[in-house]
Amino acid sequence: MTTITIDKAGPTRKTKYGSMSRDRAWALRWSYFFLVIFAIFFLTPPIYMLITSLKTSAEISAATNPWWVFHPTLDNYIALLTSNQFLRFFWNSAIVSIFVVSITMLISVPAAFALSRMRFWGSTVLGTGVFLTYLIPETLLFIPLFKMFVVIGDWTGIQLINRWYVLLFIYPTLTVPFCTWIMIGYFASIPKELDEAAIIDGASWFQTLTRIFIPVALPGLIAATIFAFTVSWAQFLYPLVFTTSTDQLVMPVGIITTLIKGDVFNWGQIMTGALLGAAPPLIIYAFLMDYYIAGLTAGATKG
Amino acid sequence: MADVALQPSSTAAARTAQKRSGLRNVLGRKSTIAFLMALPLILLIATLVIYPAFYAVHLATLNKSMARFVGTGNFEFLFKRETFWLVVKQSCIFAITAVIFKAVIGFIVAHFVHNIPAKGQRKWRGMLLVPWVIPPAMSTLAWLWLFDPSYSAFNYTLSFFGIGPIPWTGDPYWARFSVILVNIWVGAPFFMIMYLAALKSVPDQLYEAAAIDGANWWQRIWYVTLPMMRNIIAITTLFSLIVTFANFDIVRILTAGGPLDHTHIFATWAFRVGIEGSDIPLGASVSLFMVPILAVAAIFILRDISKRGNEA
Amino acid sequence: MAEVNLRKVVKRYDEVEAVRGIDLDIADHEFVVLVGPSGCGKSTTLRMIAGLEDISDGDIMIGGDVVNDVPPKDRDIAMVFQNYALYPHMTVAENMSFGLRLKRYPKAEIKARVDEAARMLDISELIDRKPKQLSGGQRQRVAMGRAIVRNPKVFLFDEPLSNLDAKLRVQMRIEIKKVHQKVRTTTVYVTHDQVEAMTLADRVVVMNHGRIEQIGTPTELYHSPATRFVASFIGSPAMNFIPCQIEDAGGKPQIRLSDRIAFPLPAARAARYQKIPRTDKLLLGIRPEHVTEASAHAESGVEPFDAVLDVTEPMGMETLVYFPLHGAQVCGRVNPNAGAQDGAPMRLAMDLNNMHLLNEVTGAVL
Repeated sequence: MTTITIDKAGPTRKTKYGSMSRDRAWALRWSYFFLVIFAIFFLTPPIYMLITSLKTSAEISAATNPWWVFHPTLDNYIALLTSNQFLRFFWNSAIVSIFVVSITMLISVPAAFALSRMRFWGSTVLGTGVFLTYLIPETLLFIPLFKMFVVIGDWTGIQLINRWYVLLFIYPTLTVPFCTWIMIGYFASIPKELDEAAIIDGASWFQTLTRIFIPVALPGLIAATIFAFTVSWAQFLYPLVFTTSTDQLVMPVGIITTLIKGDVFNWGQIMTGALLGAAPPLIIYAFLMDYYIAGLTAGATKG
Repeated sequence: MADVALQPSSTAAARTAQKRSGLRNVLGRKSTIAFLMALPLILLIATLVIYPAFYAVHLATLNKSMARFVGTGNFEFLFKRETFWLVVKQSCIFAITAVIFKAVIGFIVAHFVHNIPAKGQRKWRGMLLVPWVIPPAMSTLAWLWLFDPSYSAFNYTLSFFGIGPIPWTGDPYWARFSVILVNIWVGAPFFMIMYLAALKSVPDQLYEAAAIDGANWWQRIWYVTLPMMRNIIAITTLFSLIVTFANFDIVRILTAGGPLDHTHIFATWAFRVGIEGSDIPLGASVSLFMVPILAVAAIFILRDISKRGNEA
Repeated sequence: MAEVNLRKVVKRYDEVEAVRGIDLDIADHEFVVLVGPSGCGKSTTLRMIAGLEDISDGDIMIGGDVVNDVPPKDRDIAMVFQNYALYPHMTVAENMSFGLRLKRYPKAEIKARVDEAARMLDISELIDRKPKQLSGGQRQRVAMGRAIVRNPKVFLFDEPLSNLDAKLRVQMRIEIKKVHQKVRTTTVYVTHDQVEAMTLADRVVVMNHGRIEQIGTPTELYHSPATRFVASFIGSPAMNFIPCQIEDAGGKPQIRLSDRIAFPLPAARAARYQKIPRTDKLLLGIRPEHVTEASAHAESGVEPFDAVLDVTEPMGMETLVYFPLHGAQVCGRVNPNAGAQDGAPMRLAMDLNNMHLLNEVTGAVL
């Protein structure tokens, strides 16, 4: 404000420009200052994970500076990566996520195509319904779903509770609605003439989907895939409810239930496990950041 | 002559009749294909979302062993319990406080990122979104360790300023603060990214026009930025309200509802009662209390989304 | 190659009739342009021929076969869209060959056809590029190439030049005409631009409100429009319409434009207009090129009069002059050296040998 009053006194254009750039320079400095503060706030926990994961138990329980590693070691990583149990969690998580991503895409891409391009009875209601379903949180449904699968087990003798593959039925309720919703948005942005051209060129509906829509909406497809993967990798409540035996657990639940033994917290290993559990989404994010962000913002900006 | 004149008209009539039915077949086929393509989605939603939702209502009317119909007995029981009212209060405090701070911090950070030169924005945006990318169960573990009663790195740092030690998760009020803090930490980056996308969509000419009209920095935000972003702010806030209100991971891992149930929210208490306490009907009843608030938020979101559709 | 016939074709959307019974016969090799203002049903008609819209009533025949229920891919047609509708993830060659690849043509033949079409359209060097890397005119050529390689019975063009700038539009117009001269495929072309219609078409179909107003060669439409709509739609600047009446002055019919101005009808026209009731409200239709500066020597049927000019628009080779006449704004085209000036009086002449007379109420040309 003060600089502005000063420039009003200055009659020439030149000083005005000069002070404007000075203004901007200050705004920039303040922006960087606050960005650094926020970055510290946002990055402290993951960095602290990394610091702790490199420490021995002895160093952790010694009253030294917690923010510094005096005797770095990879023991925690070696211990976890050679533990069959931990590798089992990782494997379970990986297989569940890969299956869920495939199931999600197989369900949501054709559905999104049908909903965005081919009108049928009830299609508009279904479009809205898909979005509403996406708004239903998992915490609302875990109890009836749990009971449902118990009842199914009692009736048919097919035991699904405490099997990792029960998650393949459950997770799609979280991933399919959102993926369908953003794919509808991406498909709707494809000009109508493009499918008409394809139809005149002799393509069937299925060929229009596979040879035109999927390649053209590939960025959307990647964004949806990333979303489905990160959701299934990070899901905590459902596996906590549906699986209990250690050989059926996925990563987040496995780390929390097995590494925390009573009151004994082996923090070095817990942080290592947490970091390894966070690694796949972080790696995907690092390489496909733009798609990740596109998927994130698509929910509100499309459709 | 009469024959010649008659014949084409009769074949034309036959052709017309054939055309009508043929046309209906074509239409029928196209919508049938479409329906079949959407069928897995419909089945999924019907059996694993809609059915369980109604099943929850049914469960809520049974007694603990699920053998007897008790009507609204579970609800009456809940209304009489002090813990239930504590959970209601805490859920509201938790959701409202966290969402407000997430929205404000997200807005501020988005502005700072938008302010700096475009070539650096990607890097900062990438860094600042990290809390949203890490699975919350994993990052909450890091917070749990940062809040550790004996080895808290925060308390270590604060001790140099003569503050503390703070009982981050041991004291009811500090525990509530910690739970909200972690939630803000996880959720603020999402707001940041949404606002940033919205800021980028405001045409520069509007700011130039406002500057020519003599608007200062604050007036530009108030009269240009905020109105242009109003819809996205509303949608993001309502969406975040739903997610925060229904949160489970953070509270469960950080405090598990303690100390003395002072951080329980609907989801964690429903889990405690329904799964850990094996009283499925009561757990279902607890989780059903989330429905009214979620429904209101959902209705507003739908309205805003359709408004966006109409504007486009 | 084939003729296209439309028999009482109707398109209804719920309550609204977009196309209200169209009869049209397009001969083999013919280039027909459907022209009209937006919403006149021309695009809907084209899309019904393509099979992209179902027809509500009537019949469409391509090559003598009724194709009402035939899906687009089996109608053997090719279409060029306004926004080109090129597949963004395919190269030019892939775009052009997509239809052939779907029909599983042998690779060698596909390549031969694509190469030939590319050569014809002068895009051989662009064949491996993606649509994003092409200019508007080049995209337009690729879209045409995609139609040509299919070697269909009928080409359908839906406002293909609307997205191009004025200069490129002229160039592509010539290009389309050249292509048609080479391949001689029956063509139906939709545009709202009457200049495009006049320059390209063998026959022009003028449409309005879902009906055909007139079908004819460009010259026919220009010189003998059937309705006021056609008269005003074809030609630029548009035909002038001046309220007038026929009266008898000394046994000879004359046309009265205002209290001051009345012209005797030219002898050739007098007989034709003899039967018109003298009380009817009429419009004199006269094209701007028939309102010129008065020349020194009189010609029969060219009637001089005085006018005060509102505005003049020097175009270079001519000057457009605008002046009021009996409540109507009239445009004339005068020699740039005739000394037309804004606000100045000028002696002009109307060539009544080229006049049209319309009924003001029905719009019919008499």
